[in-house]
Amino acid sequence: MDLSIANFAQIIIACLLVIALMVGNAVVMVYVERKACGFIQRRPGPYEVGPRGILQAVCDSMKLLGKQIYVPGNIDWILYFLAPVLAFFPVLLLYLPIPFGRHLTAMNVDEGILLILAFSGLGVVSNILAGWASNNKYGILGAARAVSQAVAYEIPMIMALLAIVFLTGSLSLTEIVERQGSWPWQWNIVVQPLAFFIYLVSLVGETNRAPFDLPEAESELTAGFHTEYSGMGFALFFLSEYANMLLVSFVCAAFFLGGYKGPFMDGFWWMFIKAYAVMVFIVWIRWTFPRVRFDQLLNINWRWLLPLSILNLWVTAVIVRFI
Amino acid sequence: MSPEPKNKSEVLPPIVNLKPLNWFFDVNRAMSLWPVTFGLACCAIEMMAVSMARFDISRFGAEVFRPSIRQADLMMVTGTVSKKMAPALVRLYEQMPAPKYVMACGNCAISGGPFKFEGQYGIVEGVDNLVPVDVYVPGCPPRPEAILEGLFSIQEKILGVRLWPRPEHLPTPPAKPKARPEPKPAAGS
Repeated sequence: MDLSIANFAQIIIACLLVIALMVGNAVVMVYVERKACGFIQRRPGPYEVGPRGILQAVCDSMKLLGKQIYVPGNIDWILYFLAPVLAFFPVLLLYLPIPFGRHLTAMNVDEGILLILAFSGLGVVSNILAGWASNNKYGILGAARAVSQAVAYEIPMIMALLAIVFLTGSLSLTEIVERQGSWPWQWNIVVQPLAFFIYLVSLVGETNRAPFDLPEAESELTAGFHTEYSGMGFALFFLSEYANMLLVSFVCAAFFLGGYKGPFMDGFWWMFIKAYAVMVFIVWIRWTFPRVRFDQLLNINWRWLLPLSILNLWVTAVIVRFI
Repeated sequence: MSPEPKNKSEVLPPIVNLKPLNWFFDVNRAMSLWPVTFGLACCAIEMMAVSMARFDISRFGAEVFRPSIRQADLMMVTGTVSKKMAPALVRLYEQMPAPKYVMACGNCAISGGPFKFEGQYGIVEGVDNLVPVDVYVPGCPPRPEAILEGLFSIQEKILGVRLWPRPEHLPTPPAKPKARPEPKPAAGS
């Protein structure tokens, strides 16, 4: 890929759009999450701040902006302030290969999914740094849990995506979407239901959402790795959590749900509809299931998801090779 | 780094002091008072009830019970403060980042309640002996409506105006003077 001025301008514009998308997504999802939680528990949720409470997330973010930034004693200064930034900015890069249309990609690289999987590890690094630097026992425990969970759940996730890559013969997200049709029975979810299920479970584990939110388990580790962060540090972790959720939802939509293709009219709106359907699903299971124990979390992964994904990959490989 | 105050009770003047900006941040603070997950006794049950379906404190944006004190704005002291718990409570209060509010829920937190008798040795008689309290919510334990009213009072304290309509069966409050009066030492209580 040559870096001409046009390409450079394209990437700059895409980065700005992606930042706008991330912030807007966090504001919308905080509201959606609290409303959905309210409806699941049979109460209205945020209601009085603005019409039907739609300004609630704005108020929260502005309040966090005006909060004192509390710096605990005996911390590692550089790492403590680097961690929230490191949680937020690598996600920016991950949005670049996501196809929103046939030509509507910030950076159409051939190894798009490789880029996403490689750089999504940086999110875990930020969690470790946050837990380590804040000189807090709960922080360190949360960081340790974040590592073992992320390492465990990344493997079945990659295996599930690899099955689709085998079928398509390409690592490019645009190519994978192009190989699927517009109608639901032409999507990869029909060919690879098991891979879809494994991906769906491990994306919840990968984004640290309940029932797999062990790194910040409130009942055991006060708030896990971001225990010592107040104000904007905490807000950045929150923002990056929602950005990561949206990213895995986009990848899910592109790999299994036909991406920007949909009935009647292809376009980026289908990408957004599908991704937000997955997001609402994540929110739904968060408020429905209790948190698992840590040994249960690892057992689900190593005993069920990993063998199933390997089996799925084998069968897919044999079918692709011989049939 | 900001200059350190000479003594602990001194409050430094704000660097940016613009009235519209302060008002904007005050509105946002009043609209998202996140309480800390901190319950001491039976009043904590009412604190849980106020976040549940029938009363639903989340309508006013205050249902985000933060487990970490660093991310919370409001400490509801719900219940009896024993002398064993007092150091932990003071420490929690001191760890809370700056715009912080304390609500004393229930008679025990206000004055010691039923535990205030001659010769008692284990109970702190009123949490205002330990930390500054913004709003007192009486009751033993207070009803969830009373805790909601306490939240409205804190919002009123932040903003200077009451946001929600006053219930009809409550007595009308005494007319307030326009200017903020000098804080007087509280008589009795």
